[in-house]
Amino acid sequence: MKSLLNFFLQRNQPDESAHVAMERLQIIVSHKKGANQQQPTTYLQDMQQELIAVIAKYVQVDNDNVKVNMAKAGSNDVLEINIALPETPQD
Amino acid sequence: MSQVIVITSGKGGVGKTTTSAAISTGLAIYGYKTVVIDFDVGLRNLDLVMGCERRVVYDIVNVIHGEANLQQALIRDKKHDNLYILPASQTRDKDALTDEGIATVIDALKEDFDFIICDSPAGIEKGALCAMYHADQAIIVTNPEISSVRDSDRILGILSSKSRRAVEGKDPIKEHLLVTRYSPERVTIGDMLNVTDICDILSIPLLGVIPESKSILKASNLGVPVTNDYQSDAGVAYNDAIKRLLGKKVPMRFVKENTKKGFFNTLFNRKRSRV
Repeated sequence: MKSLLNFFLQRNQPDESAHVAMERLQIIVSHKKGANQQQPTTYLQDMQQELIAVIAKYVQVDNDNVKVNMAKAGSNDVLEINIALPETPQD
Repeated sequence: MSQVIVITSGKGGVGKTTTSAAISTGLAIYGYKTVVIDFDVGLRNLDLVMGCERRVVYDIVNVIHGEANLQQALIRDKKHDNLYILPASQTRDKDALTDEGIATVIDALKEDFDFIICDSPAGIEKGALCAMYHADQAIIVTNPEISSVRDSDRILGILSSKSRRAVEGKDPIKEHLLVTRYSPERVTIGDMLNVTDICDILSIPLLGVIPESKSILKASNLGVPVTNDYQSDAGVAYNDAIKRLLGKKVPMRFVKENTKKGFFNTLFNRKRSRV
């Protein structure tokens, strides 16, 4: 019974690999026409590097634990920065 | 007014030559006098896909270096009187192409032809730059695959900075996206990027979607461009794309799975796809 319930619940979860590909592309691709033409999204990569450099001054973080993402919400671009800090703070 | 159209992608193996052959054949079928030029010097293949490899005597490098004139190098298609192929050299490398030489060839072809289709080599080096330089329009061939999409993005950047229109500050090249090797079934189960997302990432108008099809290999085996195969899904999809290129409104096909499945069938397939 539980597995049947799981099966139906899982249906809408975005666990598809295409979804991951799309998220990765949004970061690496620079050619965005229209409103953003002056500010290509490649700066996301540079920004991620600089953010890591700043954070690394205070806490030890892994490159993989800093996620910078750009998403569209209606007509707005939403910048999402996700930093996972280590569990025990460094001295 | 003749139009120069480059077929490009950045990445290799996505279907540039197949597309060049299919589009040029289609334009000829619609009555336009068309020439298709292979810019892949050293690795020519367009002659094979067009089925004229045994009739190549002179090539574009011979013309550029004055060893043959243009009329001697142009090969007339067997089926269509208004379709010509200008092959690449198999023995030279890309450095044998000179900017002035290509400009002279393109200008001479413009006198005679409605459409000049430039089949670009992969990469972003000399051959690719030469193929795109004179373009009025560009067809960006992209597979629904992450590296192909990134390379297409890169090529769009180069088109808007290094083409003649960009350098001379004229109206920009008209860009079209052609998604090839598309498999709606894999998109449905989330294994493949969908065409809407690719359009969104690259922000250029969609010219067509060519489904993954057995008829493509069959066509190149036979040396007959797939546009001639009206029975095949890829042939039909290319025909639609050519109509759109000529300004007609044609609804997109092959974007969604066309088989209607029952509820239980869908359930069953879903479960199977997760395993």
